[in-house]
Amino acid sequence: MSAAGAPVAEAAVVLPPESEGRNRGWTGYLLLAPGGLWLIAFFLVPTITLLISSLYDPSGSLIDGYTLTGRIANYTEGISEYADTFGRSLAYALAATAACVVLGYPLAYAIAFKAGRWKNLMLVAVIAPFFTSFLVRTLAWKLLLGDHGVIVDVLQAVQVLGPDGRLLATPFAVITGLTYNFLPFMVLPLYASLEKMDLRLIEAGSDLYASPLTAFRKITLPLSMPGLVAGTLLTFIPASGDYINAELLGNPRTRMIGNEIQDLFSAGALPEAASLSVTLMALIVVMVLFYVRRAGTEELL
Amino acid sequence: MADRDLVLERLTKRFAGFVAVDDLSLTVPQGSFFALLGPSGCGKTTTLRMVAGLEPPTSGEIRLGETDISRLKPYQRPVNTVFQSYALFPHLSIFENVAFGLRRRGKKNVKADVLEMLELVELGQYADRKPAQLSGGQQQRVALARALINKPEVLLLDEPLGALDLKLRRGMQIELKRIQTEVGITFVHVTHDQEEAMTMADTIAVMNAGVIEQLGSPADLYEHPATTFAANFLGQSNLVAGTVGTATGNTLELDVHGARVTAADVSSAVRSGDAWVGVRPEKVSLVSPGTSPAGTNALAGGAVTDVSFVGVSIQYLVRMPWGQELTVFTQNDGVHPAFDIAAPVDLCWRPEHTFVLDANQDVTAGVELEEEG
Repeated sequence: MSAAGAPVAEAAVVLPPESEGRNRGWTGYLLLAPGGLWLIAFFLVPTITLLISSLYDPSGSLIDGYTLTGRIANYTEGISEYADTFGRSLAYALAATAACVVLGYPLAYAIAFKAGRWKNLMLVAVIAPFFTSFLVRTLAWKLLLGDHGVIVDVLQAVQVLGPDGRLLATPFAVITGLTYNFLPFMVLPLYASLEKMDLRLIEAGSDLYASPLTAFRKITLPLSMPGLVAGTLLTFIPASGDYINAELLGNPRTRMIGNEIQDLFSAGALPEAASLSVTLMALIVVMVLFYVRRAGTEELL
Repeated sequence: MADRDLVLERLTKRFAGFVAVDDLSLTVPQGSFFALLGPSGCGKTTTLRMVAGLEPPTSGEIRLGETDISRLKPYQRPVNTVFQSYALFPHLSIFENVAFGLRRRGKKNVKADVLEMLELVELGQYADRKPAQLSGGQQQRVALARALINKPEVLLLDEPLGALDLKLRRGMQIELKRIQTEVGITFVHVTHDQEEAMTMADTIAVMNAGVIEQLGSPADLYEHPATTFAANFLGQSNLVAGTVGTATGNTLELDVHGARVTAADVSSAVRSGDAWVGVRPEKVSLVSPGTSPAGTNALAGGAVTDVSFVGVSIQYLVRMPWGQELTVFTQNDGVHPAFDIAAPVDLCWRPEHTFVLDANQDVTAGVELEEEG
């Protein structure tokens, strides 16, 4: 009797998980669909188009059309012609990222641990600039750093700047603009990772003979690494491709690779612009992979 | 007095609006297992944090032997803490967690020490794991190892077993006591669990509302509570209103609702007037009316209102003629007679099991607090 009953019972037990599993699979794909379609239409297709454009014969034009000749020389020529600009872009982006860490870490730390009831207000203050356009805010810096602005006047008065020293149209202005514009992208992930940290760990560290500085180095900093890595990526990546800050706050000798790409696109030099874009993208991907590896936070990617 | 006793002198901690620790003076003998016992909010954790240096005292002094450590930073004190939540470093391996204190003090070859300490807490094979991969009991032992390896003069334990389930807790109590005996370090243990304090500590300080209500050995505290709070917080007590008749030496004759009660061997300061007369429920015997043995205190005219069969014992509630319900625990040994609900009974107990407390105290102090914990 038990032998006859067993297969039936087994079948009854086995069936539901199977159908359940199938359902769950479909739900997953269904939920993925909108995002997936969006990515295909607005990321995958443009990226492939960009790759193809970068291999066009540059003798064509937007009006006459291009022929796909697979011209790798677009890359080699672009890299040799714009090597300086690439270098400058990465240097500016690195400088801005470093400035963001220096300014953003104490700020995020203060908001997370010291702000008390002002915490929300301070967070709003970090995000508030987003309510104004990126362009308008960068233009405002043009006024702030202008030749007869308060900052320059004060710095000239205290002899930090010479009588004809200026801030606007210098690398300093471009890096300042980049730092300002991407600071929230550093502060917010840092805040998120600091905020969830258990302060009792600091007490435990101090109980175990760690001075405040050592406790920061051995406990706070390692635990905020995910936020720091996310923040540096969110700052460095867009900053290295930015052209607005160099356009509005810089001079012809502070041009970044974004400016060149923008100009080439406007001038209809599609293959050159595309090959520079792909080169920049490849550079960033390589640098980011290397960085994330070193920082030991692969789970972020 | 040994030369490295932990001495708290007139220690006070005031937070905005209330006094957490009020003029507390205390000596913890070197090498003892000392428990600070009290309900949540009684100031015991604040006291511990002041000793650790995590909370600056408002006034008063903390000394180790002759050395004043009150103004030292936590990382400068020869004191380590086992935190209530363990506070293990989640980004470090068990090995590195335990090695943390040694490394901070510049010790180079920590490997042997760390492995030996992990062996002591029986976690040798877990050295490479991260704290999140360990169970609660194992994490607790890592926290203990991480503190002990520094060979502090005083080890502070802040409700170290609070997060463990009952069975594990019992095991760890014995384990902690064993380790303390083995290493001989002064342990100061903060807990709200009276059973935990009694099982482990040599000396218990019962704390309430920022002050120490009573200090003594577990047996002393239990047999001779000095306040209603101590009487109710440590175990249960029957407290009945009475009046002191005569006081000769340390024997008091009292009148309790018309009955004559003798309290022998009392250290109470109460010598006359009103008093709370107390006796522990397990010290009381139930007898049929009028059959109390000679020489015992007897309260007559009770009626059983509730019987709970616990197994090892039977708990009775007995309503007395003046309306109060008293508790009696009778051992389930087949010798003591069992009574049914509504049975008329007399209560009797020996004079030396009686304690006498000041009548100017809340008779329910410590009762509801214990139930909470």
